[in-house]
Amino acid sequence: MATFNFELVSPERVLFSGEVDAVVLPATEGDMTVLAGHSPVMTTLKTGFLVVTSTPGNGRRVLVRGGFADVNQNGLTVLAERALPEEELTQDILDQEILTAEMHWDATNEPAARQAAESAIAQLREAKAALNF
Amino acid sequence: MPSLKDLRNRIASVKATQKITKAMQMVAAAKLRRAQTAAEAARPYAERMAVVLGNLASGITVGPETPRLLAGTGSDRVHLLVVCTAERGLCGAFNSSIARLARDHANRLLAEGKTVKIICVGKKGYDILRRQFAEQIIELIDLRAVRQIGFEQGDMIAQKILNRFEAGEFDVATLFYSRFRSVIAQIPTAQQIIPAQIETSAGAPDAVYEYEPDEGEILTTLLPRNLTVQIFRALLENAASEQGARMSAMDNATRNAGEMIKKQTMTYNRSRQAMITKELIEIISGAEAL
Repeated sequence: MATFNFELVSPERVLFSGEVDAVVLPATEGDMTVLAGHSPVMTTLKTGFLVVTSTPGNGRRVLVRGGFADVNQNGLTVLAERALPEEELTQDILDQEILTAEMHWDATNEPAARQAAESAIAQLREAKAALNF
Repeated sequence: MPSLKDLRNRIASVKATQKITKAMQMVAAAKLRRAQTAAEAARPYAERMAVVLGNLASGITVGPETPRLLAGTGSDRVHLLVVCTAERGLCGAFNSSIARLARDHANRLLAEGKTVKIICVGKKGYDILRRQFAEQIIELIDLRAVRQIGFEQGDMIAQKILNRFEAGEFDVATLFYSRFRSVIAQIPTAQQIIPAQIETSAGAPDAVYEYEPDEGEILTTLLPRNLTVQIFRALLENAASEQGARMSAMDNATRNAGEMIKKQTMTYNRSRQAMITKELIEIISGAEAL
């Protein structure tokens, strides 16, 4: 399978850099999968799991919160405002994230921002359930 | 001529000072390593952000629809200076060189008849600047309680600046911080953050991008984030610079103290020897007189 260059960068560090088969992105307007040779696209991300497949049938999940993805001929670059690999996730961290999202929800009255926060909370709750916490 | 006891006391106190400066130097060296890795780890994000923004900005034309963070408010009457310094002193010229750069900038703007507002991040810069610009300083952001600078701090400061920008309190914002070149070289830097300075890639991207959601919307979410990233980066560079400056300042102080101890010990030994000789002469001449 053709591979492409993928980079996952958070403000604090580079989380992943290398050749991969496929990446599933939690894009704002619906999840999308990026494969090699994808046409150039730029999209914002919502809260959710990003799945990196470097060998078939072997996915690695990373929880990202906000950010954007840039697909061009050089590959895919994801700039996540916050990124937590599955291995590093604990119940405490998730609860903390949910609390922050809820605070965002409380802090705003704008419908768009409220909706974004609501979907973030839902996504985080889902993540929590998926990881059996 | 100080007595022997005075000299002994003086040597002891210089030795004690030397121990402190030596300890501070070692602490700064350890902290520097951590701050440096943090600053280096943050670089890729900021660089990619610049590239992506450049790609995006080269695709659009500045018009009335362009977000004000990119296009500016159309005037440059009110300037906001965000001055980032350290919370602690004893780090050589670190704080004063940033403050001097900011002061020169502010004086130039005032001479041109512009209004200047200042936000201080870090107490030391505030202490220096408030002597001259007491009325201009509108806020002091204290990061003393923060041990390791995280993205949240950058976000917090960016939020405050954005709120003021949206309230129309200023037209142009400039960030002052010290760029970390090496342990002995920290360069005080002024960087304009609002309106955003974006390097558009020279060769426009040949591929046609698809935007999801549309360009304008991406740009409006991207620009505030870019601001946060720039501030976050400035804070990290500043933290590394501070430790570097402190390390070399304390290294100098330790060496200075060493020299001082050497000189004082020499004087001490000389006067002790002079005393012994004098006593011997007294005894001998006393014996001869008999």
